[in-house]
Amino acid sequence: MDSFPWLTLLTLLPLVGGIVVVGLGAGQARMARTLSLVFSLGALALAGVLWRQFDPAFDGLQLGERHAWVPSLGIEYRLGVDGLGLLMVMLTAVVVPLSLLAVPADLSRAPLYHALVLWLQAGLFGTFTALNFFHWFLFWELSLVPAFFLVKLWGGPQRSRAAAQFFIYTMVGSIGLLLSFLALFLATKQFDFFELARLARTGGLNSALTAELGWRELTGRTLVLLIFAGAFLGFAVKIPIVPFHTWLPLAYAEAPTPVTMLLTGVMSKMGVYGFLRILLPIFPEPARWVLKPLLALAVLSIGWSAFAAFAQRDLKRMLGYSSINHLGYCVLGMLVVFSGREAVVDGGLQRAAALNGVLLQMFNHGLTAATLFLFVGLIERRSGGLRGVDDFGGIRKVAPVLTGLMGIAVFSSLGLPGLNGFVGEFLIFKGAFPLAPWAAALSTLGLLVTAIFLLSLVQRVFHGPLAGRWRGFPDLTLRERWLAGAPVALMAVLGVYPQLILGVVDPTVVNLVRQFGF
Amino acid sequence: MVSELSYLEILRLALPETALVITALVVLASDLLALRKDSLSVRLGFCASLAVLGCVAAGVLLVMASGAGDVGGGMFVVTPLIRLVKLGVLAMAVPALLVSAQGRFTTHAGEYVALILFAVVGMMFLVSAEDLLMVFVALEMTSLSLYVLTAFHKREVGSAEAALKYFLFGGMSAALALFGFSLLYGLTGSTNLNEMAQGVGVHASDPLLVVALIGVLAGLGFKVAVVPFHLWAPDVYQGAPTPSAALIATGSKVASFFILAKLMMVGLAGSEGSAAWGRYGSGWVLALAIAAAASMILGNLAALAQSSVKRLLAYSAIAHAGYVSLAILSNDSAGLTALLYYVFVYGLATMGAFAVVSVVEQQTGGDRLEDFTGLARRAPVLALGLLVFLLSLAGIPPLAGFFGKFYVFAAAAGAEAGLGLFWLVILGIAMSVVSLYYYLMVLKRAYVQEPGEEVAKFRVNGVATATVAILALAVVILGCFPDWILHRIATALG
Repeated sequence: MDSFPWLTLLTLLPLVGGIVVVGLGAGQARMARTLSLVFSLGALALAGVLWRQFDPAFDGLQLGERHAWVPSLGIEYRLGVDGLGLLMVMLTAVVVPLSLLAVPADLSRAPLYHALVLWLQAGLFGTFTALNFFHWFLFWELSLVPAFFLVKLWGGPQRSRAAAQFFIYTMVGSIGLLLSFLALFLATKQFDFFELARLARTGGLNSALTAELGWRELTGRTLVLLIFAGAFLGFAVKIPIVPFHTWLPLAYAEAPTPVTMLLTGVMSKMGVYGFLRILLPIFPEPARWVLKPLLALAVLSIGWSAFAAFAQRDLKRMLGYSSINHLGYCVLGMLVVFSGREAVVDGGLQRAAALNGVLLQMFNHGLTAATLFLFVGLIERRSGGLRGVDDFGGIRKVAPVLTGLMGIAVFSSLGLPGLNGFVGEFLIFKGAFPLAPWAAALSTLGLLVTAIFLLSLVQRVFHGPLAGRWRGFPDLTLRERWLAGAPVALMAVLGVYPQLILGVVDPTVVNLVRQFGF
Repeated sequence: MVSELSYLEILRLALPETALVITALVVLASDLLALRKDSLSVRLGFCASLAVLGCVAAGVLLVMASGAGDVGGGMFVVTPLIRLVKLGVLAMAVPALLVSAQGRFTTHAGEYVALILFAVVGMMFLVSAEDLLMVFVALEMTSLSLYVLTAFHKREVGSAEAALKYFLFGGMSAALALFGFSLLYGLTGSTNLNEMAQGVGVHASDPLLVVALIGVLAGLGFKVAVVPFHLWAPDVYQGAPTPSAALIATGSKVASFFILAKLMMVGLAGSEGSAAWGRYGSGWVLALAIAAAASMILGNLAALAQSSVKRLLAYSAIAHAGYVSLAILSNDSAGLTALLYYVFVYGLATMGAFAVVSVVEQQTGGDRLEDFTGLARRAPVLALGLLVFLLSLAGIPPLAGFFGKFYVFAAAAGAEAGLGLFWLVILGIAMSVVSLYYYLMVLKRAYVQEPGEEVAKFRVNGVATATVAILALAVVILGCFPDWILHRIATALG
């Protein structure tokens, strides 16, 4: 327990970095860029150290830190990572420098922008490592504030509306979370996620809730469901799951593209992480009670967003809906674990497969979606802000490198074997078919539509006759080739050798399946 | 009832108050005798520094003191908890004095500073009172000083108008409170809170008790500005000289909320009633719950429409009075702890906001939203301070206001077995989301909107900057380590 406080250091580094950067004058934009990049690369290096220190053979928490904070309220400063937390830390550490490198050179108020991004990173690190509700919630909310300002101050023409919607939706979700955990605290005097999950496993949670909070005519079951619903809302908005997604298209489209990379790459994972770390371990029973409607929501999410993406003409909105679609598979994969279907051969194995797929998909989607938005940013800068699917055509002829690299990213996104996207989705469906055949079957429709709209995107933008005004469309510069090439190479590596991630998360997954009560 | 008084004992217990009174007299005398010929800024600076020294001395005396004492059966009680609250009041008085040293609204430096000290002494007596008579006397002592402090901007019509409104409302609510007190005495035969409680239990269903309760609530509700006794607040906050408004908004709140909680929790124990959803029962909990709900709704919604930052802070104060009342409703030691923490950090943040407003007012001549445009460029430290204060008031983590709200809501939700007050908690949380909008509106002016052609930097005095910086630091640190205060309160509560 008293080892070196790596995780505290990890969160502090970007936090301090932000403070340093924000103090720079308006004339020191270059300095702000360099410094923030140094800090984020430092965080990446730290994450690498953590990855090395992490012992994959051990399924529990590692690198733990634990100190009393507010004893009278059961609040502790408790940090630790398992495979899931570590994976998310790694994802954050990878995506943030990528986003920083994608920032256009002529950005106004650069010091503030970079400081906000670093603070956002600190918030994310905190969220993925904190294990006590209060402590975790602090970072969960804290990451919202920089994101709000990044959209609000540097966004497109409708930025105010986008930022306000984003903020209000997430805030309402957070209120649900807060109320639910207040109720849990009152019944159990506990804010610790693992303690609560342990109580839930031993059945102590429901009896404590009934005993302490027997409110009016509510039965214990209704009460537990209500509390579950509050927490569910918080995470469902963040992911988002249809029908809680209406803030997303506007926010993703209006945010400056590097910020959209962060929103889709990492912030959307906060919701999935919340499901896996908090919601499902603490509420395995309510999840089982309402599994059918939840599965229906997941399927709706997958199908709806795929068709909606099909109908979009704006690249960013299209990829935004595609993001909902991909995270829908994650939700599906998490939920099928709770299916109590009899006569499933090797149920435990299938569940582990689905969950392994979910974790893989979280990382893959973070990487792929962020990279796709990176390409949109590159195109946008060359076209003078145009980013409609129909504004282009034949770009392939003048910009072959851009076309090739973005093509790989698109194929990764639609799940072509050999690239990273395939492995995660394959594992999810492998687990989902035996456990929840109908939901899995309906969801494959989403796979199909995704393939269609992504291919039509490639076709409309890169193929066909070259429009006259794009004759001078410049290809990627050397710097941009490196910038875009690195994540694309990572996609290929993970597609061939997913063991890189699976090896680290598998013990955690087995542990999670056990926590869920199988 | 009143046994023989030992004057030495009184002096020992009231040493901090004595120190303050002596300081006030020295301030008056030195301004009158020695400083007549000096410039206003020297006089104000000297008087304020002297007063700050007095406050520090009183604070040291409080920290050094130990044990408990009670003079005259509740007339003047000192316990570790009461000493802690007094320290809180003093902590509010010091920045108010520092802000007043920058003021240019009066030529009566000595009188102004001395009146602040007298008001603080009144608040400290209020905190120590556990007897209805003493509560009333201390309440009046505080109020009378504050009325005058409000009217101190003599060349300004708004100041006089505010003071008159404050005085009229104050007089009326004092009359109601006195009426309530007399009924309570009539019903229970005692003015001591603890003895009174036994009588209250017997007469719990007496309609006269309800009348008394309303009277008491009117008297103290006026001080803490809960709806419907809030009407004076916007005018006073706007019209009064900024240091006076800051003191009214902070130190006076700390003392008044403490005594309100004590009156309700101790004095009226036995007539709680209930405010649990669908299980209402008449009593102080229900009455205060209605006031709290109305305050949270009206305060937050009205603040949305304000264009003067001081008025905005006034409505926000009304809203916060609603949140604090939630802590009183929980009626247990967790609630009291939450209340003290909340009021204290609320006071710090409000004081800081007023300190910033005071500078802006001096430099631009107004406190309208427009006057804050481009503050981040014109005075970066002040703007950063304002950011911390307003976000803390809005309850954004990791600032102290967040933990305060969290604790208050947790305490209120835990009261009345079975989530009875959960409806108030939900209302409170929903309304604090609304509040974010108007706080951000001010910050948007300060940070986002570009100032017009004139972007002259403010010439900010070092003391003002330091005051703001220290207050902001305190808000951040207390937010990160709330246990520092909670632990002390818990120890004091025993």
